[in-house]
Amino acid sequence: MNLDKSLTVTNIDKSYAGVQVLHSVSFTVPAGEVVGLIGENGAGKSTISSIIAGVVSPDQGQMTIDGASYTPANPAEAIAQGVALIHQEIRMIPELSVAENIYLGRLPMKNGRVNSAKLYADSNEVLLKLGVNIDPRRKIRGLSIATQQSIEIAKAISRSPRYVIFDEPSASLTPHETDRVFQQIKVLREHGVGVIYISHRLEEVTKIASQIICLRDGHMAKSWNTGKVLQDDLVKAMVGRDFRFEHHAPIDATNNEVVLEVKNFSREAVFEGINFSVTKGEVFGIAGLVGAGRTELVRAIAGVDCATSGEIYLNGRRVKVNSPAQAIREGIVMVPEDRKGQGLNLGQSGAKNIVSPWERILCKSGLVTKGWVKNLAESTAKAFDVRGGISQSVERLSGGNQQKVMLAKWLVKEPKVLILDEPTRGVDVGAKMAIYQIIRDVASRGVAVVVVSSELEEILGISNRVLVMSGGKQRQILDRTEANAESVMSLAMPIGAK
Amino acid sequence: MAKLAKTGKVGAVVANSNEVAEIHSEQSRRVPAWVTSIMNGPIIGLIVMCVVLTFTSPYFLTTRNINNILVQSSDIGILAAGQALVILIGGIDLSVAAIMTVTMMFSAWLYEMQGVPFPIALIAGLMLGALIGLVNGLLISYGKVQAFVATLATMSACLGMALVITNGNTINEFPVWFANLTADAAPLIPNQAILLVTVFLTLGFWLKFRPAGRALFAIGGNPEVARLSGLPVRPLQTLVYVISGFLAALAGWINISLLDSAQPTAGSSYLLTVIAVVVIGGASLAGGVGSMGQTFIGLLIIGVLNAGLALLHVNPNLQQVVIGAVILAAVLSDRNQFNFIRKLRKKKEQE
Repeated sequence: MNLDKSLTVTNIDKSYAGVQVLHSVSFTVPAGEVVGLIGENGAGKSTISSIIAGVVSPDQGQMTIDGASYTPANPAEAIAQGVALIHQEIRMIPELSVAENIYLGRLPMKNGRVNSAKLYADSNEVLLKLGVNIDPRRKIRGLSIATQQSIEIAKAISRSPRYVIFDEPSASLTPHETDRVFQQIKVLREHGVGVIYISHRLEEVTKIASQIICLRDGHMAKSWNTGKVLQDDLVKAMVGRDFRFEHHAPIDATNNEVVLEVKNFSREAVFEGINFSVTKGEVFGIAGLVGAGRTELVRAIAGVDCATSGEIYLNGRRVKVNSPAQAIREGIVMVPEDRKGQGLNLGQSGAKNIVSPWERILCKSGLVTKGWVKNLAESTAKAFDVRGGISQSVERLSGGNQQKVMLAKWLVKEPKVLILDEPTRGVDVGAKMAIYQIIRDVASRGVAVVVVSSELEEILGISNRVLVMSGGKQRQILDRTEANAESVMSLAMPIGAK
Repeated sequence: MAKLAKTGKVGAVVANSNEVAEIHSEQSRRVPAWVTSIMNGPIIGLIVMCVVLTFTSPYFLTTRNINNILVQSSDIGILAAGQALVILIGGIDLSVAAIMTVTMMFSAWLYEMQGVPFPIALIAGLMLGALIGLVNGLLISYGKVQAFVATLATMSACLGMALVITNGNTINEFPVWFANLTADAAPLIPNQAILLVTVFLTLGFWLKFRPAGRALFAIGGNPEVARLSGLPVRPLQTLVYVISGFLAALAGWINISLLDSAQPTAGSSYLLTVIAVVVIGGASLAGGVGSMGQTFIGLLIIGVLNAGLALLHVNPNLQQVVIGAVILAAVLSDRNQFNFIRKLRKKKEQE
């Protein structure tokens, strides 16, 4: 391969808070070609693209651009050296014009004023190159997501980059709009630009890429020197792990009474028509891709968001949960996915975090003394094997222990229904196993457990049944015996993309 | 250092100084935990100020001056108690001083112009204060208006109403018995100081031991975490503004009693002082940090500073400049890079 005309990545390692998320990742992006990058959620796709774009620095490894060493310290340096990242989320300033967004931070100047004639002319040229027919003078506000996506691409191209990373550009686009992005990528190729294309939608990747790389758990799982790969092979490479989850296999709960029943549950434009029930002691998994509506569904069950229609029954009795406070009183607790933003008050001590939901409910005397807090927090922390001390502020604990503090916090009082959203995100293997054990224990004591996870083998390993969601809709509920990586993945793939 | 010690001649000397350092850190560890926890920037600053003033002015350590400081600080202190709660939940109440003024004028107007018995007029004032606080609270928690904007609006409205009620005129002469509120209960101790301390102790107890009070820390730290924990975030936010409005009206009582008059411009300089007290006490405008004890220290610092500068015949206009400097010093002393005590301690640990 011609190294003079390519972006190479060699033996990149990266850890976050002690968890290694990339293990010697190496690949080459030749100029004028499209490399497809696939992998499950959490496989490390976004991390490697952030490293290439200078957003984070690698712990180990080298990168070169056209033969010269490439070590961007920040995104600005990456851009200066010809690397552009097009984000999954569109970041536009709505009150500025299209042209100003394209040239944000580097507006053409003349005599100390913005040279608007040049600004609009240049913008027009870039937009035309991409085949986007839009007035560069209008504001971003009110433009469709697809158009904004095109402007985002125009912004990247206006800097004449040599390598462009597309991070899930089609996540929020219709197939027709995706075709337009493909046209634009072809324009880039013709101009000799090397492209990294990251996507969940495998058929898109096989359509556009001339090479495919598959990441799994931060390792290079497999790579192909052609884009013509069977989808089944791709799926197998993405999920084909030989994990041993036998120790955490759920207990049989088929004949137990139903605890939680969700009927015709919908939230406008987010999810609709969800029906399922969970029995005493059952672990009920919810699988799907990012954007399938899993988190939104469980948030509505736990009263965090309001559902627009549908009913929830608890032990056969209809309950209304319009707030987390109501849900907790009814015995439905949810451990949220975002530790920092939703789960824990990081500046406060572990003890204060653990007792926070319960002072009102459990403190009989009405006087929350230091001793009461200490007793309750310590006994709970011990039951969940929290290490590292709960009297110091939570932010000093490791990710795994923070996760355990969060579990302890919502399990101070045994709930009827425990909802876990991504219970093992950002924790190491040891803590993962401990958390699976906690889930199994809680279920065996008769709690109905609902687990949302993007890690397929986790869902398959610990659940009695798995609900697969796609595009906000319920696809199917698979029994443990019929649920496997292939069946879940094929159900989880977006319907519209076929 | 340990490595050096092994390598040769310098070893002996180095090892020696190492031991000395260890003994020092050993001693600093022996200081009881409650002393180190209480010895933060503001309280050290207060002590230093008192010591310096005692030596520079013969009048500082007199009963009269101390009494004076307490008298001067009481109304500001009661306003600051409410403001401390608001800032603790990550909000701000710009309307406190204005609520104080409008409730004063309202009570005075009811008594003088409408012939309402004075005790009832006073209680009506408290209720008006709580009501304006309720408006603030509802706008902010349920209406999702930013605290700064909502209270800016009520501040403006209250200041206007205070003038409208009496057409800008001062109302004088209230029942003689009401002057007792600001009389001395015992030598040195004015009644309003007892009221002030009662307010601080009550709120301090609420913040420390009652679930609702303790929840304010969680709300200030991260309202979404608090909501997901099942805490009644919006009712508590509302309640805090109601308390702030109520206490503002209570501060108005002191003002009427002290001056035997209700002036529509009373408290016009109070707002920034009140916020300064809370900030000097170590609260963060981002919320989640603060306590009634620390706010009280902040109050004493401002009180002592004002009295001290007057005793030293500092130009009154310059006093504002000094207070500005003190605010900065208090905030910066809370940071690691400026905290010499912590810096020293760290240095020793590293050695």
